[in-house]
Amino acid sequence: MVEASLQGFMGSGSRDVEEPVAHSIKMAVKDLDLYYGDFHALHGINMDIPENQITAFIGPSGCGKSTLLRTLNRMNDMVNGCRIEGSVTLDGEEIYGKEMDVNLLRKRIGMVFQKANPFPMSVYDNVAFGPRTHGTKDKASLDQIVETALRKAAIFDEVKDRLKDSALALSGGQQQRLCIARALAVEPDVLLMDEATSALDPLSTSRIEELAVELKKDYTVVMVTHNMQQAARVSDKCAYFLLGDLVEFDDTEKLFSNPSDKRTEDYITGRFG
Amino acid sequence: MAKDAKAYAKRIAAQNNAATGVLTLIVAFICVVLVAIIAYILINGFGKLVDINFLTGDPEQFKAGGGIGPELFNSFYLLVLTLVISVPISLGAAIYLSEYAPQNRITAAVKTVIEALSSLPSIVVGLFGFLFFVLQMGWGFSIISGALALTMFNLPILVRVIQQALEAIPDDQREGGLALGASRWETTIHVLMPAALPAIITGIILSAGRVFGEAAALIYTAGQSAPSLDFTNFDLSSPSCPWNIFRPAETLAVHIWKINSEGVVPDLEMVSNGTAAVLMVCILLFNLLARFFGRMASKKVSPE
Repeated sequence: MVEASLQGFMGSGSRDVEEPVAHSIKMAVKDLDLYYGDFHALHGINMDIPENQITAFIGPSGCGKSTLLRTLNRMNDMVNGCRIEGSVTLDGEEIYGKEMDVNLLRKRIGMVFQKANPFPMSVYDNVAFGPRTHGTKDKASLDQIVETALRKAAIFDEVKDRLKDSALALSGGQQQRLCIARALAVEPDVLLMDEATSALDPLSTSRIEELAVELKKDYTVVMVTHNMQQAARVSDKCAYFLLGDLVEFDDTEKLFSNPSDKRTEDYITGRFG
Repeated sequence: MAKDAKAYAKRIAAQNNAATGVLTLIVAFICVVLVAIIAYILINGFGKLVDINFLTGDPEQFKAGGGIGPELFNSFYLLVLTLVISVPISLGAAIYLSEYAPQNRITAAVKTVIEALSSLPSIVVGLFGFLFFVLQMGWGFSIISGALALTMFNLPILVRVIQQALEAIPDDQREGGLALGASRWETTIHVLMPAALPAIITGIILSAGRVFGEAAALIYTAGQSAPSLDFTNFDLSSPSCPWNIFRPAETLAVHIWKINSEGVVPDLEMVSNGTAAVLMVCILLFNLLARFFGRMASKKVSPE
């Protein structure tokens, strides 16, 4: 039953067979509890996020997957009444530690949001925003950074003649890739994608999925998706969340073909959620 | 059954037509009244409005033929000074309230107080200015007393306008900036302010219109006399130096009030009508400018 449904998710032969390479751990979450006021939103999460892999978080709405993603770059800091216990490390360094500068942390961990949020300025200025903020003023270097980032985000050819145009004039899919370019321009190690394709049409979605697979060569990618097929198609590791618990975290192939938890099986076979 | 439905549809349509008709009438009534007032003021003052001697000449105490030169200059000078003082302060306050202040009872109270202050009667502001700036500080009836009183009058309005402009920007813009490792300040200055600029510019210019036409707050602070101005005089302590902020400075609005309440010039009706027309034209210009600059700025931040 599960085996059969797997075929539908994975397609046939769409996935490269990778020899098992040991990937070092980029980020580690240990005994993480998160509270919004009195609400206990995440319960004792433990997870190792491997380097140069795509890790996907799946689960029904309100399960805590986005909340966990946003603890990885401390975007929850802005939320009133949000309290965190436990540890999250990046390259072994505690990101909630006293010495950690949150702005430098976010430079190392880029983020792309559910809704494309280009700034109301030109395409060029959008991508140059991060590097300028972090001190690059030189025009030639900025030009170089902008072009590289736009190329990496597979949008350069579409916008190279309209770098001076408003970013808001781009299509939704282009805006999202521009936001990816903007995140890449600060040269992060990790890229967080928070349901980055949920507002896009299928074609734009598949472009961004291809891009994510391309990007994992250079970056560690963590994505939240409410689309199980997407998690199955692109991720290497997959985590299933339910009501603030991390139910199961495993290789994507294993999780979708032979889940060890009944709840995961119910979810991925569509009996629930 | 079908008949019922038809009757019902007919009744709804009639209701809709009646509502549309009444609303159109109300709007038409307001437009007619407004246009009538503006036309009345402009037509009555037209002779003076195009008379260069009236626009640049000194006012007369007893004879006919006085002008409003100093008043015109004073109005603009006071306005500029008021904006120079109030815009930076209100920007700071609004940025703090919308971007930095924690959401708690104290900030909620501060917001309520600011809203209350923005409806403070201007005569109260004027009397406070008289007691504090004119008497307590010893600055007398002066431009600086007037500008500070106008600042008190203008600050709450500007803070609200700027705060609303910032709060209207979706949170995803803030998150976008922060997620790139920009600090809250950098995000505010480089992302939020440019996006809010059209609304802020429009708000500042519209508030400038209110300040420009304000009389009550100035009668007891900037005074009711307009010393004749000598634009070659740069002695900042001289009452005839236009830039001296410690000289009394009657504005257009105060001039209208004064000549109508205690004027003895034989042509006071002409002078009053002319001054009103000049004031009207200036304020209309402010409104047009607000639209123009607001549109220019929003063109810069959004595609055509």
